[in-house]
Amino acid sequence: MFRERLADPDSGWALLGVLSRREIRTKYRGTVLGNLWSLLNPLAAMVIYTLVFSFLLRVTPDPGDPSGIDVFAVWLLAGLLPWNFFSNAMSAGMGSLLGNEGLLKKVFFPRWVLVGSQTVSWFVTFLIELLVLVVVLLIVGGRPLVFIPFVLVLAVLLAVMAHGWAMGLSIGLVYFRDLQYLLGIVLQIWFFLTTIVYPPSVVAKAIASTEAGHHDILGHTPPIRLFYELNPMQHFVDAFRNLLYDNRLPTLTEWAWCAGFAIGYLAIGYLIFRRFSPTIVEEL
Amino acid sequence: MTTSSAISVNDLDKAFRLYRERNQSLKSIVVRRRKSVFEEFLALNDVSIEVPWGTTFALLGDNGSGKSTLLKCIARILNPTRGDVVVRGKLAALLELGSGFHPELSGRDNIYLNGAILGLTKRDLDARLDDIIEFSGVEHFIDQPIKTYSSGMYVRLGFSVAINVEPEILLVDEVLAVGDAAFQDKCLEKFSAFRAAGRTVVLVTHGMGAARQLCDQGAWLDHGRLMAQGTATSIVTSYLEAVYAHENTGNDCGWHVDDVRVVQDGLAPRIEPDRPFSIQVDLGRYAPGGDAVISVAVMTTAGVVVADVESPTTTAPEASTLRAVVDLAGMSLAPGRYEVRVSVSPVGQQVRADHRTVHAEFEVGAAGTGGAAILAPPASWTVTSAR
Repeated sequence: MFRERLADPDSGWALLGVLSRREIRTKYRGTVLGNLWSLLNPLAAMVIYTLVFSFLLRVTPDPGDPSGIDVFAVWLLAGLLPWNFFSNAMSAGMGSLLGNEGLLKKVFFPRWVLVGSQTVSWFVTFLIELLVLVVVLLIVGGRPLVFIPFVLVLAVLLAVMAHGWAMGLSIGLVYFRDLQYLLGIVLQIWFFLTTIVYPPSVVAKAIASTEAGHHDILGHTPPIRLFYELNPMQHFVDAFRNLLYDNRLPTLTEWAWCAGFAIGYLAIGYLIFRRFSPTIVEEL
Repeated sequence: MTTSSAISVNDLDKAFRLYRERNQSLKSIVVRRRKSVFEEFLALNDVSIEVPWGTTFALLGDNGSGKSTLLKCIARILNPTRGDVVVRGKLAALLELGSGFHPELSGRDNIYLNGAILGLTKRDLDARLDDIIEFSGVEHFIDQPIKTYSSGMYVRLGFSVAINVEPEILLVDEVLAVGDAAFQDKCLEKFSAFRAAGRTVVLVTHGMGAARQLCDQGAWLDHGRLMAQGTATSIVTSYLEAVYAHENTGNDCGWHVDDVRVVQDGLAPRIEPDRPFSIQVDLGRYAPGGDAVISVAVMTTAGVVVADVESPTTTAPEASTLRAVVDLAGMSLAPGRYEVRVSVSPVGQQVRADHRTVHAEFEVGAAGTGGAAILAPPASWTVTSAR
């Protein structure tokens, strides 16, 4: 049944495979280092953030519990890699309709495939990066191997969420070209509102002091706790750190948050896409 | 009744928005705080067409009459504003060749990519790969990145993939005029085989000759409205009548130049110098009329008239088509590119360059040869010492 569906050209699954392969194979075409770039980018970010946050700002996350790992770079990567995947897949997916204007105007095929091929190609990059992280974890004494199936499930959930966002935004970009610049700013803010380069203990302290009334912004108590609860990436970053850095399973609540966000945002993106994608050709 | 049709277009409207002020940025929304200002433009207005199975169907009309919009609606690229389109069978549209080719990938990879976009599975493509490569004539370069291809090679590869999709219904938007003469012949051959196999073709064309020769049914659109639908010959006739009615020629001969070919040992877009050649003119009748004169001029591509000959008065009130062949000997054209300009006009009327003037290009000698001279007479030199 499923194989038949995969082979049916109208469903777009076969095309998704071909287009994703095109993306992966051409992403770094013509560069000297080729696919090494997909590893060099996060490694460079790791070095920079480690220098700034570990050596200069003295950020010290708690050691992994129960893994006992106490390496800032590994702790950082466990949160940074999921974030990079999410922001890259979302940005690339957002531009995929506008960037394939010529194709959309001349051939009919299931349109979601263009967004999907971006999600898939960045997902493959993400998996390679995770593989490197697992190797590093083995070297520094972690026990990541038993958690790999859970990491994969979580990675798929993150991909589903990124795809949902990308579907909605790709339609939005056709109508409002400002989105591509706006998204850059939003992603920067979002990045620093998620505990990627600083530990959650910093947030806990902030929450405690605001709730005690020590901090306010223009006389209002900022709802920091609510903010972190509702930030989908916070839950994903926490869950990835649980699995990779701490070497333990995230709580069921945490899984529920992640799955809920993934399915919810996919549904929203799908509905937007289904509503508007038949008419975007005229707006391009 | 409609089940005998491959394509049914029912009461189709397609409106486009012509924006006068468009909100495409957040700033403009915030600053102006109102919706975009636009007018609706009806590119298709209440069009209903039935394309029967197994026919080759011509869509005629002036530029901007909605032919391509209709084709895109049938191909599901555009969404109808009102009405609907029913397509009964696997459909492929040749609206642009090589859509989705990626410049960095090899020709071979691009065949798979383009084929997948056109709806072929990997297994289909594996089976057809050799045919596609052979048909395109770029075997030698098939593993090179496609960015190194010439535009001709690019289009040929695109056509090869598209025609090998082997759909039941094919939409063609004037893409048959690609590649060199040899490739065009191959395309026409493939196209005939396609028709012979009983498949349905919808062809958008401006060539009346092509419409009359290739198609058996047709429809004519004008400013988004369906003007007529019927046999290709009758549609071509009524379309031409309407076109010529605008010109108000008064004294009319009723003939139209359908096709012009240069002949030297068979049809040849390239002829050898120093040998006679002929020009073959096909005429079609679109209205009853009087005697006519055919005039044939050979020109350089820069527009210098090298020869201009006129036929004797032709009287054939009964015939619906005519073929005239004029033999030209002793032209001694130098190698290079030339043009034939053919027109047909009532006796005693000045020949004008208008709708009924048809141009055809041909080449003398090997490709790329040729200098500034127009004539290359058979020259024999005698050089002797003056003493």
